Parts: sequence; structure tokens; C-alpha cells
Amino acid sequence: MMKIKTPKKGRVKRELDKRAPKLVETGKKTLILQGTKTSGTLNSVLSEIYHLKKGGAVRFTRKNDNIRPFESGGETSLEFFSLKTDCSIFVYGSHSKKRPNNLVIGRMYDHHVYDLVEVGVENFKSIESFTYDKKIAPRVGSKPFIAFVGEGFENVDELKHLKEVLLDLLRGKVVENINLAGLDRAYVCTAISSNKVYLTHCALRLKKSGTVVPRMELVEVGPSMDLVVRRHRLPNEGLRKEAMKTAKDQPKKKVKNVSSDAIQGTIGKIYIPDQKVGEMALPNKAKGVKRERREAKNKDANEHASKKQKEESE
Amino acid sequence: METENQNPFQLDVGNLLAFNPFHNFPSLPTSRDELVKECLQEGTKLVQAVADSLFNLPSTEDVDGPLVKLPPPTTKLPREKHLPKPKPPTKWEEFAKKKGIKKRKKDKVVWDEQTGAWKRRFGYDRVNDDKDIPIIEAKMTDEPGEDPFAKRQDDKKKRVEKQEKNRLQNLKQAAKLGALPSHVQLAATALPITGTQAPPKKVTKDELGNVAGMAATSTASGGKFDRKLPGEKPAKKQGKHRKFLPVVEGSGICSREKEQTENVLNKLISKHSHEILNVDKAVTMYNVKKEKKARNRKNQEGRSSSTSNKLKPKKQLHKKGAKKGPGSSKKGKA
Repeated sequence: MMKIKTPKKGRVKRELDKRAPKLVETGKKTLILQGTKTSGTLNSVLSEIYHLKKGGAVRFTRKNDNIRPFESGGETSLEFFSLKTDCSIFVYGSHSKKRPNNLVIGRMYDHHVYDLVEVGVENFKSIESFTYDKKIAPRVGSKPFIAFVGEGFENVDELKHLKEVLLDLLRGKVVENINLAGLDRAYVCTAISSNKVYLTHCALRLKKSGTVVPRMELVEVGPSMDLVVRRHRLPNEGLRKEAMKTAKDQPKKKVKNVSSDAIQGTIGKIYIPDQKVGEMALPNKAKGVKRERREAKNKDANEHASKKQKEESE
Repeated sequence: METENQNPFQLDVGNLLAFNPFHNFPSLPTSRDELVKECLQEGTKLVQAVADSLFNLPSTEDVDGPLVKLPPPTTKLPREKHLPKPKPPTKWEEFAKKKGIKKRKKDKVVWDEQTGAWKRRFGYDRVNDDKDIPIIEAKMTDEPGEDPFAKRQDDKKKRVEKQEKNRLQNLKQAAKLGALPSHVQLAATALPITGTQAPPKKVTKDELGNVAGMAATSTASGGKFDRKLPGEKPAKKQGKHRKFLPVVEGSGICSREKEQTENVLNKLISKHSHEILNVDKAVTMYNVKKEKKARNRKNQEGRSSSTSNKLKPKKQLHKKGAKKGPGSSKKGKA
């Protein structure tokens, strides 16, 4: 015996539709959480990553002691959280003697773990430690420039993987149109050695130059840290192929009554039915105008008149 | 005029991404500041390169600033969720395709001949409503005792049920192929019934809360030391609530133990004896006892009058006199 459950409220239906798999995907949400033990630096790292990704991130503050991303059974909790919060990237922080200030950045496909990168954080400088002119501070949610420097990103497997994961984490929503006045942040990643990457977040200052293109100036504002790649797990080939599949651009559904012209741009057709002015009803009929009322009044007036006449005659 | 300069960087304008694969640190700069400076320099070059191509794109003027249409990103990144699968055609859709039946657009209002007005196709005050039919003519095939109006309603119910069943079948088929619409969930309502045909009884929230407590009463210590699950509330005590006085209490006006013992002692020693003896009640009790005894003696007299006639009357006088003694003394006291 099966029952069909459909949401009774439109709001619930809209939320479910937001989480449904779509042809063209909107940005991935990030889940930030921690393990049994964290250090002070790790706490500030996690809170600053959350701050940088304010619009599309969820932060869990309790400790989770049953999450071990690299072990086969330790991912169930992560997958459950990902399902419930609809997050496809997660950042898991933990601290131990063997792996101090550990960050595991992972991605999910269909709420199952797709790939993982484990990095250690060194030489962390938080946002507060930078002094800069507050006017150029980047606003929350602006689309960042991302720059990768170094041949390590091309040659070393782990760094290649890290580059892909960092791009996914930092880029934000994929947009079609962008306002050039709103560009105010940049992330710079340099491969210092074959396993170390220096990541920093800068604000942009656009300076006047002779041409249309302004001259860019980077001012370090945000957190800066050294990431040491420890472990990583690449996705298995079949899963990777499936995840990389994109829908071939299907011909967009034709919107009715809209056509576009080279000269005039977009033209729309509106159909208005014939207006029968004589038969139209007035929207708010005044009380006194109503026929019944008028007739009743006239009748009363006549009656009064006739009564008076009778009295007079009597 | 565009200058075609060989750009050693890999640009992805759609992602605002720039990658310089040729830079390397031949020797790590000694101080951290130097390193940071060099990184920022390289970063600036890359960002400038992206901005170059970005600002040269055709822009439209907007309220907040120039709006630019970004090209689609070139770096391929894995998807978040699987591609949505197309919905399989329902049984009716397949049949319609086979037969060549096309969907026709229906109007919301339909002309009603009977009332001569435009009525809705469905909903309140609709065209062919079942309840508007005044007379149903009987046919030769009709049975005499049947109610045709009720029959029409039953038919409609059956049609609706059939439709629901078909809808469920279509959704099950879609779920099998993984293409269930996102807002629909199929849930199993009842588990298969084994044994007796009784449906599983629904347990109320209060009952569930008491279950653990009920089970705990079977333990020797009444469930007091049982290990509790996190979040489990202590069991509600059933039965009389006894109140015990505190062990140590100050001696003063409000010492409850003193009051309690005082009350008991007063009752025993009868300090205020006029309060203790209820005179009316004592008199009634005495009279009742007397009447009872008189009744008993009368019965006895009736039974054994022949044998001991001579002896008994004397005895009776004695007894009466004896009785009167304590009674009179009591009266004297009161």
C-alpha cells in the first residue's frame, strides 16, 4: 500500500524544487564543521571561511566525533548532513598531534562523497591582523577574481587536484551578467613548493588608466595561510565521467508571443479582447445610482404625495 | 585595434580565473614579506590580464554600473547532482500518442443550456453538477429498489478511486526509472499484516512516554537506578504522594513536629474534655444499646418462658437496677 505525498503549501513545493537536480546548476552550498578537537587557529580559519562564503554556507559549531572522511565508514554522517542541508562542498576541520590544524575539503555528487583533499594550515593570519583602508573592503557575496601562480599546479597531481577544489570552493555562483562596478575581491594562490600553497584574499583597487581597462591594485585584507597538502582522494573514473557530463544545450523553450528583432530588440505581443463599452459594468456603483434604490425612492415620493392629497381632501 | 599579444596565462573569463603555469620560485625568498610581495605581484599581473579581457567585452549601461555579459566558463567542474531524467510518458500519454489523440485547450467557462448562463467547467456552481439533476427517468434495465441518485454518486466515487490508482501506478513507474517529480514522495502507509487481521494500533504520545516507566516498575528498585538514554525524562510517580517532615527544624512557632505531637497528646489526655465528649452522641448510643438489649430479652422471654418463670423476673429487676446505676452517674456528671 503506497500513498502519494505532495506538499500542501506552495512554499514547501518551491523549496523542494530548489533542491531538485537541475539541468543548469546554481552555486554549490558549503558545509563547514569540525571534529572532536580543534585548535584556536583552526577555529578562526573555519569562521573566516564561513564569513567569506556568507551567502551560501552553513556552519556547524558542535563537535562531530564520528566523521572520518578518509575512512570507508566515517562518511555516513557527512552524507546525511549534506542531504539535510543541501550542501555539496564541505570543509571539515580537526586538530591532532599527527595532523595539526587539519582541513579536509571535499565535494559531493548526489550527496555521496566525490573527492577529498586534506591540507594542513600553517602561518595563518586572520582578517583582524591586516590593516587597510576600510573603504576598499570587499562586500559580502561579490564574485571574486581567482589567480593561480606556479608550475606546481600543472605538474604535481595533488596540486592540480587542490586547484580544482579551491576553484570550486571559492568561485561562488555562476552568473551570466556581471556588474563591473562590483568587482572588489581577488584570491591569489601561489605554489611555493611541490606541496605547499600560499593562499591569500585581497581587495581590489581600480585605478584610472588611459584606456577603458582600469589598473588593478591588490591590497591584502583577508585571511592568508599556507596550505600543506597531506592526503587526497581522487574520484573513481566512472563517477567522474558521470559527474562531468553536461546537458548538451537543448534549444530553449520558445516563449510564446515574444520575438526578437535585430533593429528593435525584443518584441512582445499582447492580445486584448474587444472592449464592449456599453455593456461594461462600472466598478463601484454608487449607492444612489442603483436603479432599485431610485425606483423605491420615486415610489415613496409618490405615496407621500398621494397621502398628503388624501389628508388634505379629508 | 586589437593587439594580439601572446598571453602566457590561461584565462577563464567566465570564472574570472587566471592561471600562470610558467612561474616558478627558483629559490624560496628568505623572508616571508618578500614571498608575500612576490605573490601579490604575480597575482596582480594575472588579475590585470583577466580584467583586460573583461572590460573589453560589450557592456550595457545599468543603474549601478556597466553590465557585462560573461562568456560561459571554460574550466569543467563536476556537477553537484545528477542530470534530471526525463519523465516517462504516462499510460494515457502513450495511448494518446498511439491513437493520435491531441490535447485540446479547454475553456474555464462553459455555456450552460439549462440556466442560460456561462458557468465554470469545474468547481463551485459548475455546469453538469450531480446535485442539480431534479429528475432521473427510470429505464427498463433499472432494478426497482435502487436509488439512482446514490448510484450516480457511487459511480463518481469509483471513477475517482480508479483515477487515483492509475496516478499511483504512473508515479511508481516514474520512481522506478528515477524520474519522480521533486515535490512528490511515495510513502508506504501500512506494513503487511501477519497473523490476526487486526490493524496495528496507534500508540499515543502519552502512552509512549509512560512505557519506560511501566517497564521500570518491574525492577527491584522500581527503576530508580536504571541507565537512562540521553534526553529521557525521569518517570512520573504514580500513586499517593507522601509528605515527610524535615529532620531538623527550628523550635519556635512554626515547628511542625511540635504541633503534630501536641495534637495527638491532647486527644489522648483529653485536656479539654468538654470538647472531647459529644453528649448527644453518648446519650443516643446509650438509648440505642438499651433498646437493643430490651428487644433481645423479650425474644428470650418468648422462647424460654415455661421453664424459668420463677427465677427470671428477679434477675431482671436486678439487672435493670444495675444498668440504671452507671447511666444515672453519667447523667449526674453531665
